[in-house]
Amino acid sequence: MEFFRIRQDIPFMRYALVLNAISLITFLAAVFFLAYKGLHLSIEFTGGTVLEVKYSQTTELEPIRSAISKLGYTDVNVQNFGSSKDVMIRLPLIKNPDGSLMSSAQQSQSLMQELSKLDPSASLQRVEFVGPQVGEELLYGGIKALIFVIIGIMIYLSMRFEWKFALAGIIANLHDVIIILGFFAFFEWEFSLSVLAAVLAVLGYSVNESVVIFDRIRENFRRYRKLDTPDIIDSAITGTISRTIITHGSTEMMVLAMLIFGGASLHYFAIALTIGILFGIYSSVFVAAAIAMWLGVKREDLIKVEPKKEDASSRDEDPNFGAKV
Amino acid sequence: MNRYPLWKYLVIAVALLIGVVYSIPNLFGEVPAIQIAGSKTSSKIDLNTQEKADLALANAKISSNGSFYEAQGSSGTIKIRFKDTDTQLKAKDLLEKELNADFSNPDYIIALNLLTNTPNWLLSINALSMPLGLDLRGGVYFLLKVDMKGAVEKKVTALASDARSKLREKSIRYQSIERLNETLNIKVSTDTNVDKAIESLKDALSEMNLKSEKKLDHFLITGTLKPEASKAIQDNALKQNILTLNKRVNELAVKEPVIQKQGNDRIVVQLPGVQDTARAKDIIGRTATLEARLANPVQSSIGLNETPPLGMDAFRFGDRQGVFKKSVIITGDRIIDASAGFDQNQRPSVNLTLDAAGGRAMQEMTRENLQKPMGMILFEKGRGEVLTIATIQGEFGTKFQITGQPTTQSANDLALLLRAGSLAAPMEIIEERTIGPSLGAENIEKGFKSLVYGFLGIAIFMLVYYMIFGLFSVVALAVNLLLLISILSMLQATLSLPGIAAMALALGMAIDSNVLINERIREELRAGASPQTAISIGFDKAWATILDSNVTTLIAGLALLAFGSGPIKGFAIVHCLGILTSMFSAVFFSRGLVNLWYGRQKKLQSISIG
Repeated sequence: MEFFRIRQDIPFMRYALVLNAISLITFLAAVFFLAYKGLHLSIEFTGGTVLEVKYSQTTELEPIRSAISKLGYTDVNVQNFGSSKDVMIRLPLIKNPDGSLMSSAQQSQSLMQELSKLDPSASLQRVEFVGPQVGEELLYGGIKALIFVIIGIMIYLSMRFEWKFALAGIIANLHDVIIILGFFAFFEWEFSLSVLAAVLAVLGYSVNESVVIFDRIRENFRRYRKLDTPDIIDSAITGTISRTIITHGSTEMMVLAMLIFGGASLHYFAIALTIGILFGIYSSVFVAAAIAMWLGVKREDLIKVEPKKEDASSRDEDPNFGAKV
Repeated sequence: MNRYPLWKYLVIAVALLIGVVYSIPNLFGEVPAIQIAGSKTSSKIDLNTQEKADLALANAKISSNGSFYEAQGSSGTIKIRFKDTDTQLKAKDLLEKELNADFSNPDYIIALNLLTNTPNWLLSINALSMPLGLDLRGGVYFLLKVDMKGAVEKKVTALASDARSKLREKSIRYQSIERLNETLNIKVSTDTNVDKAIESLKDALSEMNLKSEKKLDHFLITGTLKPEASKAIQDNALKQNILTLNKRVNELAVKEPVIQKQGNDRIVVQLPGVQDTARAKDIIGRTATLEARLANPVQSSIGLNETPPLGMDAFRFGDRQGVFKKSVIITGDRIIDASAGFDQNQRPSVNLTLDAAGGRAMQEMTRENLQKPMGMILFEKGRGEVLTIATIQGEFGTKFQITGQPTTQSANDLALLLRAGSLAAPMEIIEERTIGPSLGAENIEKGFKSLVYGFLGIAIFMLVYYMIFGLFSVVALAVNLLLLISILSMLQATLSLPGIAAMALALGMAIDSNVLINERIREELRAGASPQTAISIGFDKAWATILDSNVTTLIAGLALLAFGSGPIKGFAIVHCLGILTSMFSAVFFSRGLVNLWYGRQKKLQSISIG
């Protein structure tokens, strides 16, 4: 079976401007929502307590809310997750009358007392408490990790290819990261540690997408010495598009399995990966290559030594060689 | 051209064998077992206890599947496996009676537990199943921060009292000695000899750097802790707190608790299976109290069934009871340090240091009660346990020795108990996670399901799309999973839900390498290459790309490993390892399969790649 039997190179670069304009608009929208709505950070970053309570039957959220507000909490978030029998309650950090931070054991105890008055079937499934200091550290750890990845990938790409590719690759893929974050801001999805892990993993993964295309661009520069840069890029993208879609499709199959079967804990992780994979294809194929083109990559940038004769020469004589038959 | 030399096949065979052997333990379930742990800081568990337990079971004709002794510091735990829960329950009842002399005040806690059912030959080559994280089996996780400032200040306060007594002893007049956070300010009048003052202070404050300054009407001597002394204090505080926590957690009879140092001032406590956080916190945060009291001078100990004289308390002291007066001389929080050493006759001793107030109380009491017995009693859970009874040999203050310990080991143990009675420095809980056991089981099931269905989806697609080459890719992917699990089991990495997610993702990404190879081979075939050449060129050309793309993925993985914490670390480890194993399975191994299948056919007309 073969999905992509493309006979001629598709002139992607002719539409580079349009494709990048779409990209830019999405990017700006993402930045806007990030700035306007902000990320809905999980308590892992902000500090606070999360409790998961399971009921034996479907339960109303409103009585739970009022029961909790009776305890003196102001900024409480109560919602269903997974099913209508499971309730997730988020509590901010609060202090005891003596100024010390109230421990989660105290919180969960007083809370469960109230909740079991409402419905005795309420059972505590999970408690997670993060102190303010730990939250801050996790946030800084995440930012450091992101910077490390960007610098590491830039250095590697510059070594392996050339700075123009490194820059193009990192711009294209960072724009993916911003777009994922934009989605999380727009839909007010919870941004947790596992989402951060997904974002970084997807960053590494989409860069490898760009790498595959860059690799092919370099190879094509060696092979077809008569073609100019946009044609080379078009032929590289056409040559790899089948692999790109099949690989991403396979990875996405795994991610979809997580999204469908993985339950609440893996939900946002899988969503972040899905967005990352979809935009990863788009950006590394259309954006990265186009930016590299506009930055002015030339044959000389990539090929320091003259290519060997045997392989290239006969093909160079053939004007139709670039075409796929 | 597409042939592997024999050694390459051997490498593959060995890798597969190791992979299978070390992955297998994860398939064996768990069997009922019981765990014997000391209930008190003073009850010890050693090989004798194990022998006693084995004997008791043998006498009652209860067959066990072997017992294991595991040392943890000076004490340990014993685990005994049984074939079913009935035998397990019977054995528990029996051992509770046999091991504990006094049933109402047990020395040992016998807890029901589950142990792995992996055969012994696998255990003997260290092939163990991956330990499950708390999110997969339920339990409590605490991250505690030790208040190092408190520990250092406690020490500086003690040094202040040392300085005071030293100056008094040398009859040097001083105006005041003050502790200011972590420094000491000593004001000495201008009419005294400052050099002499500093000289004698150097003795008492050997852990401080001293500096003197002339002020208007006095000399100001400032002492600051030497960095190495400060570090030693903090290290000791952390160590001692961990010891104390260990002893306390033992009481909860938790299976496989984890108590570890993290960073410079943090302690991680993981209690799998514990549901009642409030109780766990109560026990972890509790301070056992230590009291020094005068013993009954007429008869310091009586039999277990005797009643103490009127106006006296009796506490358990080994097989007997110690009898003490009601009034308390000092409590444990006056003890600054306790260490094992030797007295002037080279007998093992425990050297105690008290703070100034404790020293004064002790001095007063010893002056009036020479040659009378005194004891140390440790109170835990409201019950007293006598640690030692010794005769007061002379008047003493802040520093004194307790002799009469038969061995250095017992002197060490006593010193530890005296120290561990209280925490070296206060701790606060800065992070906590509790996961119910049903949620844990659900998480395993969901994680496992996603992995299986995702894998099946990819497998079906690859088979349809690439036919035989798809089969090679799927087998390679399965080998990747096998190797990944076996390496994680070898490393004894804790498997958590993010870990399972990383496994699934690693497989989803690893298939990329095979897609690259298969696409390349197709492309070469379309370009008119012969099948054998296409295979060879396809693999070679894809290799450079695979390497590049894996390096970038690895950079992201390493960043997560370096800067992530907790659940993210688990994700990152699996992610990074998955990339490394995929290079072996997708390139080296799958090439081996292709070579085995097609390599021998000299006149290969076509290959099945869809």
